Amino acid sequence: MQSFENLDSAHFEVLREVGNIGAGNAITALSKILGKKVNMTIPIINLLEFKDIATFVGGPENTIIGILVGISGDINGIMMFIIKLEQAKTLINILFGRESKNENIKDFDEIEISALKEVGNILSSSYLGSLSQLFNFKITPSVPYLSIDMANAILSVPAIAFSKVADKVLFIESVFDAEGKDVSGYFVLVPEMASFPVMLKALGVLGV
Amino acid sequence: MQKVIVGMADLNFVKYPDILTTIGLGSCVGIALYDPSTKMAGLAHVMLPDSTKIQNNTNEAKFADTAIKKLVSDMLRSGASKSFMRAKIAGGAQMFSFNSTNESMRIGDRNTEAVIKLLAEYRIPIVANDTGNTYGRTIELYSEDGRLVVKTIGHGNKII
Repeated sequence: MQSFENLDSAHFEVLREVGNIGAGNAITALSKILGKKVNMTIPIINLLEFKDIATFVGGPENTIIGILVGISGDINGIMMFIIKLEQAKTLINILFGRESKNENIKDFDEIEISALKEVGNILSSSYLGSLSQLFNFKITPSVPYLSIDMANAILSVPAIAFSKVADKVLFIESVFDAEGKDVSGYFVLVPEMASFPVMLKALGVLGV
Repeated sequence: MQKVIVGMADLNFVKYPDILTTIGLGSCVGIALYDPSTKMAGLAHVMLPDSTKIQNNTNEAKFADTAIKKLVSDMLRSGASKSFMRAKIAGGAQMFSFNSTNESMRIGDRNTEAVIKLLAEYRIPIVANDTGNTYGRTIELYSEDGRLVVKTIGHGNKII
């Protein structure tokens, strides 16, 4: 596959299914961690111009937390778990079984950062694990990396990975929301161009 | 006074009294050119160092080499003077601290190195440089005097 122009609605449907399976498994893991039911919307296939990459997280200058896991194997690319600051605090408070206090939501200590990384790790592993089981893919995730910064700066990392071959980036986005708790966030799978035919073929769609 | 936003893989130039801004430079590099004699300011937000090894390069503003070439020639064509032109650069961070030798993960450094080398070839002096590190930057270039305001989250703001 040379460019996204070759993708039609059937391909988008398949990619949405990839997101559905992956994120479905990840929210099951998250729901176990939180002890709460976690809901998920139908994944969105977002084909974005570089200038628009941060629109879905509230604009380019909005501060977000990105936990990134590199993917290699049959599928290559980047998996990101994105969460807003105050919701990350809530998540940490649930994990540590403590009451939320009037804290500075911008400050995260080392233990909190490492807890967030671990959550990112568990969620990405569940996401990717379900894909590798279902489609018999060999997928090796990297250790998780975390950054708290402007949305544009964080999302430019997958965008740059794409920029050698395209003028757009394709995000497979799933939004989740924990019932009764103010914890929501995004799973974003960004496969490399060469990984699209592999995924599409595994799901029985050819001709890319 | 107008504030012109330069997106990712984009470039533009303005004359006094307008301002150019680009939001959330990560590993990308912002190249700010300024000619005090005409008060003309130009800004490019580049993603990759080199267009020559890339097949699909329809967007000149995406690569350091083609972006600088286009921005300089656009500004000169609009009356800027090359002999007065000077540059300030910002960005080129490593957003996720990979402990990796993987070349693509060092993209911030490679972008910065390429920009420095290219500006030297164009004989445009770099008078200020705020690159590297691990955090994002939003920059604003003022055509009034060429000052470049660098804003970060948690790492302070400064004027270079």
